[in-house]
Amino acid sequence: MTFRERLQAWRYNLVPDHLVGEILTKRWTDNAIPFLALVATLGVFGSIIPGFFKLTSLQESTRQLGEFSLVVIGMTVVMLGGGIDLSVGSIFALSCFSAVYVFFILEQSIWLALAAALCTGLIFGAINGYLVGFLRLRAFLTTLVTFIFGRALFDILVTAYAADVQLSQASSDVLDFIGDGTFWGLSVSVWLAIILAIVTHIALTRSRPGWHVLAVGGSRRSAHNAGIRVRRTVFMTYVFSGFCASIGGFLIACRLSGAGPGTGLNLEIMALTAAVVGGVSLGGGRGSVVKGLMGAIIVLTMTNGLIRLGYGTGTNQMVLGILLAVAVTIDIRWLKNRHKVLNEVYVAPVYLKMGETQSAAPGSGTSYELDNRLSAADHIGLGELEGPEDVILDRDDHLYCGTRHGEIVRFFAPDYKRSEVFAHIGGFPLGLAFDKEGNLISCVGAMGLYSVSPERDVKRLSAETARSWTSIVDDARLRDPNDCDIAPDGRIYFTDSTKRYEAHDWALDSIENRATGRLLVYDPKDGSTKTLLDGYRYTNGVCMAHDGKSLFFAESWACRVHRYWLEGPKAGTAECVIRDMPGYPDNINRASDGNYWMAWLGMRTPSFDLSLRHPDMRKRMTRRLPQDEWLFPNINTGGVVKFNEKGGIVETLGDLSGNAHPMVTSMREHRGYLFVGGILNNRIGRYKIEGADPDWTSPASYWGGKA
Amino acid sequence: MNAIGWPNWRRLNQEGIVFAIAILLFAAAALGLPGFLTADNLVAIVRSVSVLGILALGMAVVIIGRGIDLSAVAIMAMSVAWYLQLLNTGTSDGLAFVYVLAGVLAIGLLNGFLVAYADVPAIFVTLATGSFVFGYVRSQLITQDAVPVPGGHWVELLGGVRFLDIPIEVFVFAGLAFLVFLFLRYTKWGRFIYFAGDNPVAARNIGVPVRPMLVLRYVLSALVALIAGLLTAASLHSINTRIVNSTLLYDIVLVAVIGGIGLSGGRGGVRNVLVGAALIGILLNAMTIIDIPLLYQNLIKAAILLGAIIVDGIINPRDEQTAQQGDI
Repeated sequence: MTFRERLQAWRYNLVPDHLVGEILTKRWTDNAIPFLALVATLGVFGSIIPGFFKLTSLQESTRQLGEFSLVVIGMTVVMLGGGIDLSVGSIFALSCFSAVYVFFILEQSIWLALAAALCTGLIFGAINGYLVGFLRLRAFLTTLVTFIFGRALFDILVTAYAADVQLSQASSDVLDFIGDGTFWGLSVSVWLAIILAIVTHIALTRSRPGWHVLAVGGSRRSAHNAGIRVRRTVFMTYVFSGFCASIGGFLIACRLSGAGPGTGLNLEIMALTAAVVGGVSLGGGRGSVVKGLMGAIIVLTMTNGLIRLGYGTGTNQMVLGILLAVAVTIDIRWLKNRHKVLNEVYVAPVYLKMGETQSAAPGSGTSYELDNRLSAADHIGLGELEGPEDVILDRDDHLYCGTRHGEIVRFFAPDYKRSEVFAHIGGFPLGLAFDKEGNLISCVGAMGLYSVSPERDVKRLSAETARSWTSIVDDARLRDPNDCDIAPDGRIYFTDSTKRYEAHDWALDSIENRATGRLLVYDPKDGSTKTLLDGYRYTNGVCMAHDGKSLFFAESWACRVHRYWLEGPKAGTAECVIRDMPGYPDNINRASDGNYWMAWLGMRTPSFDLSLRHPDMRKRMTRRLPQDEWLFPNINTGGVVKFNEKGGIVETLGDLSGNAHPMVTSMREHRGYLFVGGILNNRIGRYKIEGADPDWTSPASYWGGKA
Repeated sequence: MNAIGWPNWRRLNQEGIVFAIAILLFAAAALGLPGFLTADNLVAIVRSVSVLGILALGMAVVIIGRGIDLSAVAIMAMSVAWYLQLLNTGTSDGLAFVYVLAGVLAIGLLNGFLVAYADVPAIFVTLATGSFVFGYVRSQLITQDAVPVPGGHWVELLGGVRFLDIPIEVFVFAGLAFLVFLFLRYTKWGRFIYFAGDNPVAARNIGVPVRPMLVLRYVLSALVALIAGLLTAASLHSINTRIVNSTLLYDIVLVAVIGGIGLSGGRGGVRNVLVGAALIGILLNAMTIIDIPLLYQNLIKAAILLGAIIVDGIINPRDEQTAQQGDI
């Protein structure tokens, strides 16, 4: 290995580039920016302002924070539903006035005052909701107008009644407690904000109305088409916002024992800034209560901090303006470019030097030498099928295969002219196997391990395995279950080819070439799934050896076949039996003569082998070129290989014409014929094998003669 | 609308309704209110809506291009306040004006850049820059809420200019209205604004420079705000920055929207601004004559604006299938 290659190997195999992409796929990265901003804000103001973290100082500011947070929670819910509520300041002020009026002027109980405040908020919210939700007016302007309306009303009322409130003798212990008291060291407003935040969070994430809000905000049209009552949902978000603002208004009425012209002034722009700074997305669908609260703390700390630092009139507006502009711009740019960045950085190629291989060229004289025998195969279902990745035959000679459309199709013996949809799965059925009872077991791409009974009942057997602690992507989920086979004791061994890519992106995994393939086992006795082996480059076909004591599995991108021991002295370990093949191996199945059939889905090329030794080049390629122009492995040519128990190659079949079976992903021997399938093919081939046992069938080989 | 410009009564639209209401209101006020139908009062009406109308012209150009400029009032008040502050502290007139002009252009460019190139919704950009402009000028550049015009300065003299007993701002309003009319109707770029407002993607596809023109509109709006601010200072001999927190901004939107300029862009023109300004001018004047307190006037204006938006929503309803996501 040259020094350059050694450097490249270190650089690309030891530096975990792929983690960047994996972290970016996480939704919690949305929270990281506001959280860092929060820490920075608290740090900066905590260090400049003396006594910032003192208990009394905190208690006073948290009281205000409680009221403000309530308003922000309401605003957050409205924004999640795709709207905006600029009238929160007016609702806040009017609710405050209602409470003050009922308590101080009508001299009623504090609870009646609370009821009055809530009523005001709910009615105001309902008006907003009606206008925006049911009349479908533009939220921004409509709530702007109701804000002016409410503000004008409040100004009129305050000037009319301010003197009377001053003269009132009414007082109440409850009011004083709500305004000034603490409960376990925290003021009532903070407790209320915490309780409301928890309730709202649970409602948004775990209840039907909350999901409806997020659905409407995420895509109003889709929500409408899915039958969600969009208008009523939008209506409810404004009512909720009015409710939240009115609690805040009631609290400030208790704290200040009155209402003044400054009550709730600029609250709407503060609440809006808080929500946006926290990362609640404009236009809806993305965000959470926690984000709103983080934004509330940031905004309030900044504005209060600046006042305490002695900056004059207008500083608040300046800071709010800058915060709002920066936060909105970041939010929009992030939303717009995140998937672009992700697309660019997700593929993180590694270095691999493939071993020297024997030639498979016709006339080369090696055991891998491809011939033209498969081009003579009869075709089954030509033009009806799309993507029969695996094929299998049952005891009655019927032929089954999966299709790209998410179905398992059955062709009827003896001529395989008639077909029917045997079962609808929904995902792309890949590997197939029959168990002892005649259930058809299938690895379904992107879904998991499924079983279809002879009565066509589809049952999910497994969709997850144990999560590993060090993985950032969720590797519990089966991303690309590829092939399965069943041991004599009924346990199902299957492969999950990659942890990094979805099933339909399987070709991308070859460019990255990272070893994340797994061998797993499903135990039907207790329904558990365990990971047996990890860290192979695209584990693929699985086949139980004839004696049932070991199994073979293919490692596609490394062009190797391994044997995994189920029992005996080497139980639980794997050894490589075939290495450095000239083709990429796919499914493996038993042959009648005691050997094994193996499909090649593609052939190695010197150019791609070379590119594997240049991860930097592949990285540049994935970032700078459109995907159509990437260098992929050659999957236009393949073949069928027969190998023996020791891993020796017996013979190789191919289709040099390229018409019938250019690439092969599976083949199954049955009564002297070989049935050939390909994931990119439009047919199943039937090839008469010279000298094969005309009575041998796979079900009999696994489970004995007909019961 | 037919070619002469009179409303087509068979297809009533908002402009027609508002025009009719304005005439009815005018007739009612002329009959019912003493002192309404005098030459002085009529001049007062026109004068009272001149500044509002000028600001509404700038707003109209932005709204037709499917935007909105909530920073107009802040730019108007704060730029002039800063200008006068510079003059009062001894900066030479030319230099002070260059500073202020540069500042106004910078805010217009910032608005336009963020809307056009960063794809941030206009309402948020202009809300933020408006708040920033007010806060920055108020806290860093001027010392008190109201800044007086220095004695003998041309701004003060401007306020005294009369032509045929009609104050200068009426002529400025009329002149600007005519210029904007010519721009929108007869220049290529004026027509492009309608294309971009009607369907920005299609406009871009046919080769209209949509983004540079967005920037241009916000710069225009900022310059118009500066002119309106100078006229305000001229007639009042000072500028009070508290106007930013008043409802003037909503009056501007009110004039544009009530005149029939759809907020979804692509429709309307100078005539709509004139109709809207006429109604608001008559209304404000009548309310002042009846002696309704300012607070109640705000309430009434808000109610009218709400009505206008509701009517706009009914005439141009949003379609659940074609409404754009995130269009708030």
